Amino acid sequence: MITTIALFLKQAIIQGIPLLYGSTGEIITEKSGNLNLGIPGIMYIGGISGIIGGYLYEFSGAELNPVLLVLIPLLSSIIGSVAMSLIYCVLTVTLKANQNVTGLALTTFGVGVGNFFGGSLSSILGEGGTISLIETGKAYKQTLPFAQDLGLFGEVFLSFGFLAYASIIIAILASIFLNKTRKGMNLRAVGENPATADAAGINVTANKYIATCVGGAIAGLGGLYFVMDYVGGAWTNNGFGDRGWLAIALVIFALWRPHTSILGSILFGGLYIVYLYIPGLSRSSQEIFKMLPYVVTILVLIITSVRKKREHQPPQSLGLSYFREER
Amino acid sequence: MNNVKKRKDPLVRISKRDVPVWWKSLIIRVVAIALALVVCAGLIVLVSDYNPLEVFKTMIEGNFKTERKIWNLVQNTAILLCISLAVTPAFKMKYWNLGAEGQALIGALSTAAGMIYLGDKLPQPVLIIVMFVMSVVSGMIWAVIPAIFKAKFNTNESLFTLMMNYVATQLVLFCITFWENPKGSNTVGIINMTTEGGWLPALFDQKYLVNILIVTAITVIMYIYLKYSKHGYEISVVGESENTARYIGINVKKVIIRTVLVSGAVCGITGFLLVSGTHHTITADTVGGQGFTAIMVSWLAKFNPFVMAGVSILITFLSRGAGEIATILRLNQSVAEIMTGIILFFIIGSEFFINYKVNFRSGKKEGNK
Repeated sequence: MITTIALFLKQAIIQGIPLLYGSTGEIITEKSGNLNLGIPGIMYIGGISGIIGGYLYEFSGAELNPVLLVLIPLLSSIIGSVAMSLIYCVLTVTLKANQNVTGLALTTFGVGVGNFFGGSLSSILGEGGTISLIETGKAYKQTLPFAQDLGLFGEVFLSFGFLAYASIIIAILASIFLNKTRKGMNLRAVGENPATADAAGINVTANKYIATCVGGAIAGLGGLYFVMDYVGGAWTNNGFGDRGWLAIALVIFALWRPHTSILGSILFGGLYIVYLYIPGLSRSSQEIFKMLPYVVTILVLIITSVRKKREHQPPQSLGLSYFREER
Repeated sequence: MNNVKKRKDPLVRISKRDVPVWWKSLIIRVVAIALALVVCAGLIVLVSDYNPLEVFKTMIEGNFKTERKIWNLVQNTAILLCISLAVTPAFKMKYWNLGAEGQALIGALSTAAGMIYLGDKLPQPVLIIVMFVMSVVSGMIWAVIPAIFKAKFNTNESLFTLMMNYVATQLVLFCITFWENPKGSNTVGIINMTTEGGWLPALFDQKYLVNILIVTAITVIMYIYLKYSKHGYEISVVGESENTARYIGINVKKVIIRTVLVSGAVCGITGFLLVSGTHHTITADTVGGQGFTAIMVSWLAKFNPFVMAGVSILITFLSRGAGEIATILRLNQSVAEIMTGIILFFIIGSEFFINYKVNFRSGKKEGNK
């Protein structure tokens, strides 16, 4: 029994990590007042850019260095995600376009790019077959050497690749940044009321750009984790599924606090797969159980809006473009 | 004071245009679409050794080469237009309904249920009316749940409706496990294949003509509703400013719920057209992301139903053309999504140049206007 629960917990953590990356990235973005609905697309891009980088290196014929096997996909993933975030920023911050529409277009685009290159990268480069980056996947799955010797504890808490621990560290750092540093408070001021922040001498445009790009890069790592560690260095079309939207849901669940979304992500990850662990479920009731993460999000939305606590509300200017000359 | 004067003016300064001139807006939009097409063609050339002119030729052929292709183009446009019309009233009210996908899917689900359970029990015309009503009612129910919470507690509607999409998807998957045919296939198959019970009839031998006529009617009705009815007026006031609306005595909560009901009803009709008039089956992917595309179509058309028809044609043309290219070049079908994304980026970006004027710093002092 204990073993089942422990293994369930481990699976929940595994499922939760992409969500945690996505929600940490989106929280930082939203704190600047940008509601980036392009996060699902950015996560696809983060994954596929990592695959492309890894593919170019692993099949370049050079001798494979484990550090580079990790670094090259990591950097290409970040570059891809930041490029996507820049498209979003140029359109919504500089060109003051509608954030919802831009975000949705970004998601359409990102999912398209991901599936396109995932499906035809090898045929474009003149080689057939599907992509499988065995060595890169191995490098990403590398666990602590002594993890196996620690029994169940090691299995549940120490059996992940480095991106899993990084997600938790990044979430904690994001919380500290937003709540304890001057720069973080400036950023929150921009998200709450850009006109006031502007008057106080905070550069609104720069804050929005940087927050959205950093947030996008973090979210993209969720995609990278998924393709490299979870899948083990391969791409399946739409394999990432709707996790991007769940990450956005997790932002609300965590009430815009990255440290809360650490536990939230494990809970969501658990809800995502709990149907596999309840014995005797028929196929039809499994489908009902798969509704759980969405239903829970809806409940959280309703409860927070009914309670109307001020510290639980989204940033006040969320979703609005800022134009200095508009009064 | 002196300090301020010594500072140079910024290199570029933007200001809002009072009223965009229509021909200028048109030119800007055409240029944006042209640029986007160039980028799309460039992309195709980059991943294949295809001649860029050939790209456009293939796209046009993919849409217009045979009569069947033209009918498919019009049919796909009609569906996209229908769901775009559906999101428009709520959208104009600044109610961010991201749940059109789910609302249409639920409409499709209840239509399919009608076909399966009542297919051989009711005479065809009665059955079609019953299915139509079921789809409308279920679309309304799915849409109004978030709206009630929005009106009562100001619950964030965009995330609520978004989550409702996935609940709808799961509900469809749940029903498919009961309806699957043949057993174990996990698909429903064509419903009432032999009896054609609940299928919208073909008109003049054209199976999609009824769909197209229905959507045309909805387009005209929606235009009149938004532009000339009292409801339409109330929608635009609430959209501009809730406080103004309250001040002139509009019951904002009532307007929100009523408008969302209209949206949900048209979404339900889209689902009905998809199942009864098009596919005669249901999958979790029946709506196929068009609920999201519709949001962009509606916004780009500035909520004008007739412009929406034009935007729908453009988007459908592109995605079908891109699909054709993908098939010929043996590329992945996602090319269509990439192209749609690029076109949308350019059109979204072009809005800025319509609404704002970019003033470059000039040598001469203009003086403040």
